[in-house]
Formats: sequence, C-alpha cells, structure tokens
Amino acid sequence: MNHKTIMQVENLKVHFDVSSEGDMPWTKRKKLQAVNGVSFELKSGETLGIVGESGCGKSTLARAIISMVPSETGRVLWFGKDLLALQKTEMRKHRKEIQMIFQDPLASLNPRMTIGEIIAEPLKTHYPKTSKADIKARVEDVMNKVGLLENLINRYPHEFSGGQCQRIGIARALILKPKLIICDEPVSALDVSIQAQVINLLMDLQKEMDLTLIFIAHDLSIVKHISTKIMVLYMGNMVELAKSEDIYNHPRHPYTQALISAVPIPDPKIEKNKDLILIEGDLPSPINPPSGCVFRTRCKKAQDICSQEKPELKEAVSSHEVACHFHD
Amino acid sequence: MSFLEVNNLNVEFNTADGIVRAVNNVNFSLEEGKILAIVGESGSGKSQTVFAMMGLLDQNGRATGSVKFEDQEILNLSISELNLIRSEKIAMIFQDPMTSLNPYMKISEQMAEVLIHHKGLSKTDAINQSISMLDAVQIPEAKNLIRMYPHEFSGGMRQRVMIAMSLLCNPKLLIADEPTTALDVTVQAQIMHLLSDIQKEFGTSIILITHDLGVVAGNSDDTLVMYGGQVMEIAETELIYARPTHPYTQGLISAVPRLDDNAEKLKTIQGNPPDAMLDPVGCPFSPRCKFSKDICSNQTPELLEAGENKHFRACHVAFEELL
Repeated sequence: MNHKTIMQVENLKVHFDVSSEGDMPWTKRKKLQAVNGVSFELKSGETLGIVGESGCGKSTLARAIISMVPSETGRVLWFGKDLLALQKTEMRKHRKEIQMIFQDPLASLNPRMTIGEIIAEPLKTHYPKTSKADIKARVEDVMNKVGLLENLINRYPHEFSGGQCQRIGIARALILKPKLIICDEPVSALDVSIQAQVINLLMDLQKEMDLTLIFIAHDLSIVKHISTKIMVLYMGNMVELAKSEDIYNHPRHPYTQALISAVPIPDPKIEKNKDLILIEGDLPSPINPPSGCVFRTRCKKAQDICSQEKPELKEAVSSHEVACHFHD
Repeated sequence: MSFLEVNNLNVEFNTADGIVRAVNNVNFSLEEGKILAIVGESGSGKSQTVFAMMGLLDQNGRATGSVKFEDQEILNLSISELNLIRSEKIAMIFQDPMTSLNPYMKISEQMAEVLIHHKGLSKTDAINQSISMLDAVQIPEAKNLIRMYPHEFSGGMRQRVMIAMSLLCNPKLLIADEPTTALDVTVQAQIMHLLSDIQKEFGTSIILITHDLGVVAGNSDDTLVMYGGQVMEIAETELIYARPTHPYTQGLISAVPRLDDNAEKLKTIQGNPPDAMLDPVGCPFSPRCKFSKDICSNQTPELLEAGENKHFRACHVAFEELL
C-alpha cells in the first residue's frame, strides 16, 4: 500500500490541574500528566487502535487531537497544518474533516431532537446554506449507509436500542464525509451480538468511503480485529506501537505481554491451559508517578536503570517501536 | 441429595406498562464443588434468576417455581428464614463493588458486622478473623488497610474486599454476578485467578454470571446459555464451545472477535434482542434465527437432552440440520 500520511502527532502532552484532600484555595494545584509525549503518524486508509486500561489517557489523547481538551505542548499536523496553533474559526473548517463517535450511544444523542435533526445538525452547522431538500436527501442517504430505515427519521433517540443509537451516532459522523473518524470505545456498551454488527458496519464503511480511523477501546480482541496498527498506552505513556499482528504475535514490552495474556479467549481448551502472566498490584497514583519508567513498579524485569532513566520509544525491529530498557 | 436444584423458575415484574416476564421456566441443577457459568446478553434474565433465589427481587417482582438448596425449599422464604441461609450457606458478590460496600463504614466495621451478626463473635475476634480473610484474598498489609474506607481502594481491591466479605461465614455456594465486568482485563485476570484458588481451597461451589464468553471458557465446569428469559442450552463448558447445538449459542460464539484468530469479518446475529413486555410465544430466538421454522414461532421448545453427557438444548430444529 502506498498511502500518504494525513496526520502526524508530535510529542503531544496534556495535563490536568487537580486538587487533593486538605488543599486550601491558595494551595498550588498538583499536576496530573494524562498524556505524556505521544507521537505517531497516520496514513490514509489506516486504522490506528489505541489500547490501555482505564485511566491510561486514551480518551484524553483523542480529545487533545481535535482540541476538545487543551494540550500543553506538541503538534498535531493535519495535512501539514498544525491544528493546535489554529484560531477557533480556522479550526472549525478542519473539524468537518475529523469526526468523532462516542462510547455511550444514548447519552451522546440529544433526547429532544428527532434522529433526522441529530444527523442533519453537523451539516446545518458547517454548510448553513444547504437547502432543506438537499439536507433530507443527504440524511436519508447516510441512514441507508448505516442500515437505518428511512421511515425512522422522525423518531426520538429513546425509541431505539443501544446498537441502533450507535448507528445514529455513526450516521451523524459520516454526513460531512470526513476523512478521519475517531471512535472512542464505540462498542463497549453493546452486547456481543450487536457489537459484531457495529464493527462490521464500521469496517464496511471504511472501505466504501476510504476512511481513516482512530479506534479506542480497552478490549484488545476487538482492537486487533479492526486495526492495522496498535498503540499501547500505560499511564499516559506510549509503551509500544506496531502493526496489529506484530503486537499480538510478538509483544515486546512486558506490559503488553501481560495485557495480551490477560485477555480471555473463548475456548476452554486454550484458556484452561494457558500460562497467565499476572501483573502484581495496582496502578500507581497518576499524580505521583514512579520515576523513570512508569511501569517499573509492577514489572518483573525492572532493574536499577528503570527507576533512573525513562526509556525512549525506539524501533526494536522495523516498524515496531517499544519503550523499554529490557524489551524482548 | 442434590446440592442445588432449580425447577420451573419464573420471574415476573408488574410495571406501569404491563407485566414483564424476565425469567421463564428455568431449570438447572448444580453439583457441590462445581462452577456453573450463566451466560447471556443484557436482559436475558441471568441476574434475575439468581436474585429470585436469594430473595433479592424488587418489590414489584414475583417468583414462582422451586429452588431447592440441600433439599430445602428456599424460594419465597420469609426474610428471617432467608437470613439464616444468606451468607452462611449462600453468599453473593455483585458487579459494582463500590455500590455494594457502604461508603460511610470502614472496611473493618462492614466485615466485622457480618461475623458479629451471623456467628455472634466479639468485635475483636471478628476483626481478627476479617484480617485473616483479607490476607486470604491477597490484600497486602491487611492489618492497616482494614481501617480504611471503600473509596480509598481501587476497583480491583474493592472486589477483593467483597469476595473476602462473602467468604467470612464459609458459604457452600458463592454467586458472583458479573464480578469482573467493571474491571480492567489485567485486574479481571487477577480476580478470576483468585476465585478459582478459593474454589479449590475452600471447596466452594460457584455460580458465575457473565456476558463474557472468554471468562466463561477459562473458569467454569458447566455452562448455561440464556436468551429472552429462557434456557437455550446447558452442557459441560468444553462441549458448549466444541460443539454448540443451539443456533443462538453458535451465533454468540462466532460473534466474539478472538485474539488468536485472523478472521476478516465477524459473523453477526441479525436483529435485536426480544422485548420482555411481549407474551413469550414460541422460541424467543426465532425472529433472529437462520433456521427458524413455522413451529418455532408458535410453540416454545422444551429443554431436552441432546446426546450424552447431560447436554440439554431447547430447539425445534434437529442438531443435524444446524451443521
């Protein structure tokens, strides 16, 4: 494949100011580093999967890319233009090229709007001069694409099941014909049988409309199924970035290895005989992260250097990057 | 003497919109020392089945049928009779450990309360016994941590506390309702590992309720598949996965993406789960079933033995036709 790079993220950092118990109004707020120096490249037609456990910064990263949360440093180059340096009005022009799908399908739809209005809203916002007939035609067209019947156009979100609400969310993201869709845990709230329907739909649409996807989820099996490339995050740090088969077949970071071993496989023969790599203990406090490598407190391979020096993300073999002093 | 025997269990809820039939004619039994997994999607009635057994239904709920635990009928007992069984014979842990622990009480008090109430221990004895139970579920520095409040623990630690609390009175049966759904995979692995250790050490029987077919595969002896409030299939877990005989089980297993598999496309089950408001006529899965015949929408299939090894299925279509 000879696809061109559409997005380059360089050293993106996001932090939040947090207060802790017993703080006075004048106490200096502590800093929680939610995303710590993430860099990656996205080529057109690719799907980048971002995995990690709760609190690892995957959603914050997605939001920082489209400036939904302010970032501290870093650049997000979209076709060569730095999105983070743009004025709001200019950013708006690019927002229509990058759309987002959220986790909770019902909560992300306005309960007082009909689904026709919900799906049409981005179109009305970005192209206010579109005629009513045009809007209706476009809405019906995307509804067809995502498998919603046209006669449901005047219904309200509560009349739909979770899987159908997620289809509405996808239709809303598609109506502007975006180049990139960021999917933040799009199937976590759905039942298994519905999950498969939505995943297949996303993959079909990607082929049909030549979409690029950033797919965030905590379920490694789903991410591996849909992604071409996978990034593993731990406490805001990238620990590994590689092609999805390579992540699964040859995980090189001790955290990725434990993560993969923890994913249960629906087959009793495999599951009952596998060597489980258990990670001891709990996540350290993100306000007071360990020095050096953030994973060292729970890592079996940790040595002195791990507490002194933070491992850089380096290419271990061709197009397989790992941040570990003692990677496989 | 059978350990646990559930016969013709029905659960109904009276709601403003009419009667919701959450559980219909559920039958199963459990042998002592075994782990039974109940799988199904949301609304399949898996939680309500065990809530009915434990007398935990909402006020508008009504359970009929029979649940025999060590030959004693326990369905619809009075609260005082149930309290003798709950915790001492059957204990339960829930999905969300934060909402099932009292946020105003220290862990020490919540745990000691169980022993003081059920075993009549003194407070010091009760706390000491609680500490050793926390040790058993691998909570580090249990002596100090027991003085903390639930919010000071992480999700995985809270679930360990719940498990420790449920084991205090040495129950014979532990019901775990989605014990790892709210947890991350690495923590899920820790908790499931702990549960299987406990099962070996204390010989506790476990009913594991989950929607995750991966968790079921690694952690159960038998599996019961529910859909629309009815039992679709029961068999040894190995058999269910190796040779599922019900169209729903087949669909469910092939709809899960596997980490060790490179399939291009996931197989889906078309349509949506059934509406529990409607009177169940016929097989609840028939509207979504590829093999559906006329009889499927008119007559509810009975749960019948298919082959050997106590493999039961509820389907009108012969197994041979499903291949």
